[in-house]
Amino acid sequence: MKDNIIYFDNAATSYPKPEEVIQAMVHFSRMIGGSPGRSGHRLAIEAGRIVFEARERISQLFGGKDSSRVVFGLNATEGINQGLKGLLRPGDHVISSSMEHNSVMRPLRAMMKEGLEVTILPCSPEGFLDPQGVKKALRKNTKMVVLNHASNVVGTLQPLAEVGEVCRQQGVLFFVDAAQSAGAIPIDLEREKIDLLAFTGHKALFGPQGTGGLVLGERVEEKELTPVKQGGTGSRSELEEQPDFLPDLCESGTPNAVGIAGLLAGLDFVLREGVEKIRVHEMRLTQELLQGLQAIPGVVLYGPRDARKQLSTVSFNIQGIEPSEVGLKLDEEFGILCRVGLHCSPASHRTIGTFPQGTVRFGLSYFNREEEVEEALQAAGRIARREA
Amino acid sequence: MAQGVILFPSIHFALRAEKLVKAKGISYKLIPVPRHLSSDCGVCLRIPWEKKGEVLGILAQTRVKVDGAHPL
Repeated sequence: MKDNIIYFDNAATSYPKPEEVIQAMVHFSRMIGGSPGRSGHRLAIEAGRIVFEARERISQLFGGKDSSRVVFGLNATEGINQGLKGLLRPGDHVISSSMEHNSVMRPLRAMMKEGLEVTILPCSPEGFLDPQGVKKALRKNTKMVVLNHASNVVGTLQPLAEVGEVCRQQGVLFFVDAAQSAGAIPIDLEREKIDLLAFTGHKALFGPQGTGGLVLGERVEEKELTPVKQGGTGSRSELEEQPDFLPDLCESGTPNAVGIAGLLAGLDFVLREGVEKIRVHEMRLTQELLQGLQAIPGVVLYGPRDARKQLSTVSFNIQGIEPSEVGLKLDEEFGILCRVGLHCSPASHRTIGTFPQGTVRFGLSYFNREEEVEEALQAAGRIARREA
Repeated sequence: MAQGVILFPSIHFALRAEKLVKAKGISYKLIPVPRHLSSDCGVCLRIPWEKKGEVLGILAQTRVKVDGAHPL
């Protein structure tokens, strides 16, 4: 077993985290520790400030106007469930794509049984959705279009602004799943005409696992939003009914404040480095990885195969070897950690033609270096030549 | 000096208000909501009561939701 590792599983969760993320969580645990929004003592208020500042940074990152419309939860999945189940009713129609993660697909499938009408638009083999297809699929009762910004399987970036424009013209809500893209590529609620955006904290925002949520644009009415759970909020404690204002409406129970402290440090890191700079670095590594893999006989590459059209997530197979076997060799013999299989997205694999065997996925981050890409290319070459 | 408090529906707005009054150099303190004003378990913003008009004016220009203002 090789001891030195190359971590290429950042599409699942980013590692390593910036040192200040770890320090922020240690500081919170040791020096703050209070329950945010509960109690009026100094430590509870300080914990509240941390959560408040994280909300402000999330809003800033996506060009939001009002940080009370940032709702924290455990992950993007919680944000997606809140957005879908909080707004869609039986008889409504929703449009989505064949590149969705199960975090969108499974709630939609469950809601179909309750009477939701769902159209899943097919995407190209590279994973692209045609915005004109969205226009054609619109019905009188279409309430929302929900779309994965960047594929977690092949990195494909969808034409958000075009789809957003179609939605805005038709008065339909546009819900973007930014689990992979938030922090890795610039996103602006106004520019892309996004009404709801689900994010996770533990990928390109460099926070810990157990952080994420939902950003609500101005077109989402508070009074039309049903919380997926109810409970204590620290506010309106005299009432047995849920508060009717954001963010409390959708945030019940003690939050993951220590995690949010880490997320705040991650957000500060991303804002300080700059999303543009992060994108440029990752694009360069991705292009090198794509070119290198394409040059290896026996390697089949999926997705756009163009770093400008995708995030730093690359899927491939080596002919004649199961993805699981490639993954095991990469881990044991080369110390390269990646993810193989279907990546919680059977629809995407059907779209790119790799269902049910799946692919080998390399997910790069800002912390990966050129030498690591070169080493991985050598490893893939050796496996393809049956030298490993 | 006479003091008073401004109440908010939740801590999010209390902290937003804190940031705004801090930026204006107005003295303040976040304190637990006095029981006689509300049974809420949250915090409110205590300010010199002579600053009430100024502070409410600042908050009115923002999206901060205010529940009330009371002298102590």
